[in-house]
Amino acid sequence: MHRLRRWAPGLLLVSPSLILLGIFVYGFLGWNLRVSLSDWRGLRPDYAYAGTGNYRKLPDDTRFTDDVQNVLVFTVVFVVGTLVVGFLLATLIERRVRFEGFFRGVFLFPMAISFIATAIVWRWLLSNAQGNQETGLNKLFGQLHLGFLANSWFKSKTMWAPAAIALPAGWALSGYVMALFLAGLRGVPDDLREAARVDGANEPRVFWHVVRPMLLPVLMSAVVILAHISLKTFDLMFAMDVESRKIETPALYMWFTTFDGLNFSRGAAIATLLVLGISVVTVPYITYSVRSERKR
Amino acid sequence: MSTVSTVPAAAPALATDGRIRSRWAPWITASRYAALVGLVVVFLVPLYVLVITAFKDPTQVSPKQMWALPDSVSLETFRTVWPTMKDGFRNSIVMAVPAAVIASFLGAANGFVLSKWRFPGADVVFPLILFGMFIPYQAILIPLNQLMRDLDMHDLTGLTLVHVVYGLPITTLIFRSYFGGLSDELIDAAQVDGAGMLRTFFFVALPVALPAFAVAIIWEFTSAWNDFIFGLVLTSRQDWPVTIALNNIAGSQVVPFHQAVAAALLASVPTLVVYVLMGRFFMRGLMAGALKG
Repeated sequence: MHRLRRWAPGLLLVSPSLILLGIFVYGFLGWNLRVSLSDWRGLRPDYAYAGTGNYRKLPDDTRFTDDVQNVLVFTVVFVVGTLVVGFLLATLIERRVRFEGFFRGVFLFPMAISFIATAIVWRWLLSNAQGNQETGLNKLFGQLHLGFLANSWFKSKTMWAPAAIALPAGWALSGYVMALFLAGLRGVPDDLREAARVDGANEPRVFWHVVRPMLLPVLMSAVVILAHISLKTFDLMFAMDVESRKIETPALYMWFTTFDGLNFSRGAAIATLLVLGISVVTVPYITYSVRSERKR
Repeated sequence: MSTVSTVPAAAPALATDGRIRSRWAPWITASRYAALVGLVVVFLVPLYVLVITAFKDPTQVSPKQMWALPDSVSLETFRTVWPTMKDGFRNSIVMAVPAAVIASFLGAANGFVLSKWRFPGADVVFPLILFGMFIPYQAILIPLNQLMRDLDMHDLTGLTLVHVVYGLPITTLIFRSYFGGLSDELIDAAQVDGAGMLRTFFFVALPVALPAFAVAIIWEFTSAWNDFIFGLVLTSRQDWPVTIALNNIAGSQVVPFHQAVAAALLASVPTLVVYVLMGRFFMRGLMAGALKG
């Protein structure tokens, strides 16, 4: 009784949030799983159990397998590219450059803009129009006598079309990665670097043996955040070219098959696979972070 | 420690920063600034296109002239676009401001309890809350759509509620980190004075948490303002948030480029203003979102 009286006010304070999240996250995930095991098509809900057919059919669905390939291409190019650019920005800024606030601001501001607005600008920058209608980056390359760089970008007929979407996505998020690395780099105590230098290590070796190991947690954060964003990104592709199958990912297919095709059970199955795909990255990360925090 | 500071002539070689300066140091510094300026130009390219096109006289807009500066500044395009945007603007404000404030208050309560008044099981609850931040929203769209239909909440109120709920993990995280950094003495002192948990929260913790509120409110306002998919599922024409209005303008084949761009610029003004005025806090919100490795 005494214990209850001690904890009750705290529990009272968090209970609205816990109830809401319990319903909207865990309740809904279970509900979605149930839909994925049904045969619900059309507007009228149908929760009758129909087995795992929706999942078993997906590997034979070429639209789905193409989408998986697209999201993998996008993820690899986006994650690697954004990490490299973000890290480069952080190392350039780290040693107390002048106007640091200005530089940081410029690299971070794209994050404040919605993916819809971002897509609208980039759709034109990455236009593949030719001749009189040529515009965007291709036009700029032409004017700078760099015509050989001209490209059909996300309209490309090759498997690399989704890689073009990594440009606006990377533009939006490399400032974020920069901020993460900047905090990581500045968290390395100066004494440690100093000690290594006194021991005769040159700058690259100081970086490799002192700084790099301390940046690993930051790198892990950045990879998890970027990878989970890339798997669930929806609005960017939607606004770049809603009709293109070349840049469609499972996140969009789920939307189209559910709310346009009214195949709710297939949509739910795709959504469940998305959760699993993202959990592979995020669950170990959350567990690790919480555990390492507890150790301190 | 700055690479440009020079060691006073009389001091021993290793005195101020222990580094033996190579004669290439000035060149390295110069190339660092050159690289930074080059990257700034690259990052500003989309903004350049956005601004020059939106302010061009509509008769001057053509694919050929995309990169050319306008002869004169014209607000014509904004005048054309604004009537189709203003409802979305109003809806987004009506939805995003309360969502940000409510999510922040609830997040403050959670953060306080989870860092300073840990109940048995708090260590399990926190990761469970965090997981909500990382779910792909596709996985909850079908149940969400059904529940909101059953509750007759396919409107702005429903959209606000949804942003509050899915904003809770990040606001909880922000406040938990913030209160975790506060010294326990403050809380203990309040308890010695006989204040209970609720009094301590409202009269001791909340008043000192203003910086955390700034971070949480900015972060949540920006995400709610920029959201697209929830608006798509939960609203019809009269409740469309600004991102949907924007996508409808820009997605249509008949709308010319300069109008789409002007609409995109308009829709980005509130978050950009918040960002420019309170960028420091925005940055802290970012860091909180990354957990702590």
